[in-house]
Amino acid sequence: MRQTTVPEPKLIFEKSRAGRVGCNLPKCDTPAVDLSSILGETRVDLHLPEIAELDLLRHFTNLSHINYGIETGFYPLGSCTMKYNPKINETTARMTGFANLHPLQPVETIPGALEILHGVQSILCQVTGFDYITLQPLAGAHGEMTCLMLVRAYFESRGEGQKRKIVLVPDSAHGTNPASAARCGYDVKSIPTDAEGNTNLAVLTQVLEEIGDQVAALMLTNPSTLGLFEPNIEKICKMIHDAGGQVFCDGANMNAMVGTTRPGDHGFDCMHLNLHKTFSTPHGGGGPGCGAIGLQKHLEPFLPKPVIRTESGKIIADEDRPHSIGRVAGFYGQFLMEVRAYTYLMAYGKENMHRISKFAVLNANYVRARLKEVLPPAHDRPCMHECILTAEKYKKEKGVRALDISKRLIDYGFHPATNYFPLIVPECFMIEPTETENKETLDEFCDALIAICHEAETDPSLLHNAPSTKIVGRLDETLAVKQLDVRWIPGAENKEYTRLRQAIS
Amino acid sequence: MSNIPADLKYTESHEWVRVDGDVATIGITDHAQSELGDVVYVDLPTVGKSLAIGETFGSVESVKTVSDLYAPVAGEVIEVNGELASASELVNSDPYGQGFMIKIRLSGDVPGTLLDAAGYGAVAH
Repeated sequence: MRQTTVPEPKLIFEKSRAGRVGCNLPKCDTPAVDLSSILGETRVDLHLPEIAELDLLRHFTNLSHINYGIETGFYPLGSCTMKYNPKINETTARMTGFANLHPLQPVETIPGALEILHGVQSILCQVTGFDYITLQPLAGAHGEMTCLMLVRAYFESRGEGQKRKIVLVPDSAHGTNPASAARCGYDVKSIPTDAEGNTNLAVLTQVLEEIGDQVAALMLTNPSTLGLFEPNIEKICKMIHDAGGQVFCDGANMNAMVGTTRPGDHGFDCMHLNLHKTFSTPHGGGGPGCGAIGLQKHLEPFLPKPVIRTESGKIIADEDRPHSIGRVAGFYGQFLMEVRAYTYLMAYGKENMHRISKFAVLNANYVRARLKEVLPPAHDRPCMHECILTAEKYKKEKGVRALDISKRLIDYGFHPATNYFPLIVPECFMIEPTETENKETLDEFCDALIAICHEAETDPSLLHNAPSTKIVGRLDETLAVKQLDVRWIPGAENKEYTRLRQAIS
Repeated sequence: MSNIPADLKYTESHEWVRVDGDVATIGITDHAQSELGDVVYVDLPTVGKSLAIGETFGSVESVKTVSDLYAPVAGEVIEVNGELASASELVNSDPYGQGFMIKIRLSGDVPGTLLDAAGYGAVAH
């Protein structure tokens, strides 16, 4: 029996009544046009909602009350860096001088915007230790792909383009890494992780001995998706360089390093950053994502154009780039996101930036230590900005999966952690608290998880049936994937809709 | 504890093989389907394709992840389980029977490196 604390909301389509309007349009003062005479047969079954302004307002306000986000509670989703985005970012991004820029405005008329872009580039160069930054990629995976396009252009310029067709990717990597490599025409070879959670050097050595002269790049996430800093990072970079390859750093986990250590100093040739993770531009439903990439000098000729740089004291958007891989975005990046990132970077300043990574790492280790008894870490060593725990024993002893624990967290008022990633950890439970949570919140979260693990021992059905306090319980994800139906059709004649409603209640 | 029939051979990548004369039937194990969760889609090769040992012959997609399928033996694909196109849940409900993936006509010997039930039991603990 499900305890429902909030009445199940109706769809806006169900509230629709024929003829009801939200605003009165003036009488048409031009001759009416019969669309079907121009377009042919037109659809009449759209069932667009007809609703009054107040009903519309109540509908969305009430929906917003049952929403969950970083502004309503703790959001420990691992590998996502769901940090709080300070409101001052929104203030600056809404300044009319930025917000009202037209995408097609002549570049000579936007010196302020160029200064922001150049400012973000300069600071990110200092934060990452790379010689150049471009802000053009529109999201993280786009940044990865742009980096690989630079690597490809580099090898083509050296006559090695046909020879080097393999990209190495550790088995703990985000799925976007092999996807980006494949998209750039590379064959992907997986490198296993060793028992300590590091890149398996013995296998890497053997692979490089066998096919080193065919390797274009290694794509390495550091800290890895296991939340562990790769202690052999300098050695690994040297091994790849000795084989003639390039090393790409997946910057998804940059929050563990900001202001403390720099990938550009570790030996990487290029990296991507997710400004929407590390540098507090909106994320999740509030995006758009915002990538940036850093690179060493030897890759600079191939940068996507235009390149924002200074020339005789003036900031210009340089289009005269004969070796450039071209544009990777229609316009220059997500400009208002750069304004937000710039605000964030300037608000912290050089002196305080190390506090981001230090508190992120401290919080993750605190959670890891508090949960050690109930959810043991996958690797027994200090973690970085996120901790990877395993719920394997509950699955074996009680039939309770990591997924069930996460679903029960919803009943306790928390957003679930990440489950089942990285794939190499059984019944994986991945928690990334970020630096913006205080000790009291972390304690409440850990207390909840400890209580849930106790329930798993004593009454597993509580977890199997969770969540039981929300307007919908456990969704049938398989049915949703196999019979995706996102169109609402009025009336009981829609049997599929009725069936789905029953399936989730 | 997952079901590991004694009369089958296994791979470390969780495929099973049933050899009958020169035909090998291949699927994924009970342990594999349990780890994957509800299977929503199975991508299989076309009949007539020849496969080398260890070659990717398709993929299986669940609500959790997508995993490649690797050929445990070499030969030519002589049958694919067409039922799975509309009833992928058979992989979960009957992994060693109606949920099989493909049948291969062997082009060589069954590799000695395949695991027996006890050997696979140690992998799928």
